[in-house]
Amino acid sequence: MDQPLVLGIESSCDETGVGLVRGHTLLADAVASSMEQHAPFGGVVPEIASRAHLEAIVPMIESACEKASVRLSDVDAIAVTAGPGLAGALMVGVGAAKALALGLGKPVYGVNHLAGHVAVDQLEHGALPEPCLALLVSGGHSNLLQVNDISGDIVSLGNTIDDAAGEAYDKVARLLDLPYPGGPPIDREAASGSVTIDFPRGLTSRKDLERHRFDFSFSGLKTAVARWVEARHRAGEPVPVADVCASFQEAVVDVLTRKAIDAALTHGIHDLVISGGVAANSRLRALAEERAAAAGVRLRVPKRNLCTDNGAMIAALGSEVVARGRPASALDFPADSSQPVGTVVV
Amino acid sequence: MATADSLWGVLLAFDTASPQVTVALLDDAGSVVAERRSEDLMKHAEQLAPLIAGVLADAGAEQFDVTALAVGVGPGPFTGLRVGLATARTLAMVREIPVYGVCSLDALAVEAVGTGAVTGPFLVATDARRKEVYWASYDETGRRTSEPAVDRPADVASELPVVGEGARLYPEQFPNAVEPLRPSAGWLGHAVVSELAELLDPDPLYLRRPDAVAPGKPKAVS
Ligand SMILES: [Zn+2]
Repeated sequence: MDQPLVLGIESSCDETGVGLVRGHTLLADAVASSMEQHAPFGGVVPEIASRAHLEAIVPMIESACEKASVRLSDVDAIAVTAGPGLAGALMVGVGAAKALALGLGKPVYGVNHLAGHVAVDQLEHGALPEPCLALLVSGGHSNLLQVNDISGDIVSLGNTIDDAAGEAYDKVARLLDLPYPGGPPIDREAASGSVTIDFPRGLTSRKDLERHRFDFSFSGLKTAVARWVEARHRAGEPVPVADVCASFQEAVVDVLTRKAIDAALTHGIHDLVISGGVAANSRLRALAEERAAAAGVRLRVPKRNLCTDNGAMIAALGSEVVARGRPASALDFPADSSQPVGTVVV
Repeated sequence: MATADSLWGVLLAFDTASPQVTVALLDDAGSVVAERRSEDLMKHAEQLAPLIAGVLADAGAEQFDVTALAVGVGPGPFTGLRVGLATARTLAMVREIPVYGVCSLDALAVEAVGTGAVTGPFLVATDARRKEVYWASYDETGRRTSEPAVDRPADVASELPVVGEGARLYPEQFPNAVEPLRPSAGWLGHAVVSELAELLDPDPLYLRRPDAVAPGKPKAVS
């Protein structure tokens, strides 16, 4: 018998995504982004994102069905990001998902966005080893998670105590007059630069390692880059943008990979999944491969378009949740902007 | 009523443009057969779908045999408003049925005229927060005579009867407050079936731009 067809909806930030998944097979992934509308503001403007979600949600549902050549009536279950994310943005997806459930007479699962970033890897690399460690890095998150059961047992090992990694990229890009979002242009500049500046590694001092061993901090790094650039400006010297980018990027990915490998070894976990928008970063991928190999840790990084926010990741998680027989959500579940990672299904 | 039969069939109406979610089902004769209103204020994303399911159950609808939708398109607080519109548009797509938008101020006007609460020209004013009101003016039949707008109460102060929460919030500017305070889906549905309100696309009446300021140069840190 066919595995259930699961439709996933994602609207936690600036992408409106609808994915269709059967088992571990991705049938369609339709994504609309409001990123360009946020660019003038240097970051996501929640009200602009929410308005864009409302306009995109029905077209994305239709587009996903068309791409997969399925009818909505073929859908067996609906999964939707219930949180964490921007409250007003989440509510558009949640509203649409509940309407689908009502109109189709099918169950709806309000699921965790962060767990979706991990589950999406199954679409590319097959069943997820459990337990595994997940490093999620994007404009909105910097998390280290221990995944014992992707459908219901996820433990947070570490988190950022200030800015997310992607946020630091955006802010540094702004002070170097590079476009938003900052990840791709900094990665590009860094490729032609050298690591010549020793920027600080947040939360790596011995004292910090006691209380924040697996936590991250990128705010101090951003300030250090700003100071360095200002000093150059004051001295009337040109700013070596490529070298600043390479040095900044090295500081970010050094901490991310060092802490991820440390967490894997400490917890006796042999598989590491890296996901989220920053997982597309070339230096992060390279250094993670190098360090994982040295530590005997198997590394799984989904391809770029699966790493960023999309409906496929939510459908992938929904598919797993259905397969493992988790109960569906009650129709009155809320959108929870700060949903804890331990709550995989609401 | 014969035309109502063929035009609307079973109409599901709802409005999320006020702090309260309201849902009603109208039969093919245009009568309200079930109506529910949320008890908790706000929480539109939680309450709308269960209220729809509840209204369908109240009406004894075995499944989703609705043939048309009517939805309040605001103006009203954006977040709740979008929940209603995302729900209406998605339901319309999945059931392949038409969806009609109604200005939420019109639903209040139709009710005020229908219940006899007003007999001459009047205003509808609702809470737009930030010390402003969403408002429009109406003639004695409940037809809107101005575009919906958002303004400070002092700039649109009136001795006319004022329907909606705006009058209760700003009694100095609107001394002649009249019920109802918030839209009811039953009357909203009635406005559609009886063609008492202008039928709109299910697009939100925001009336305000998003709050967003372009950043200046990064601040110096040293
Ligand atoms: Zn994400």
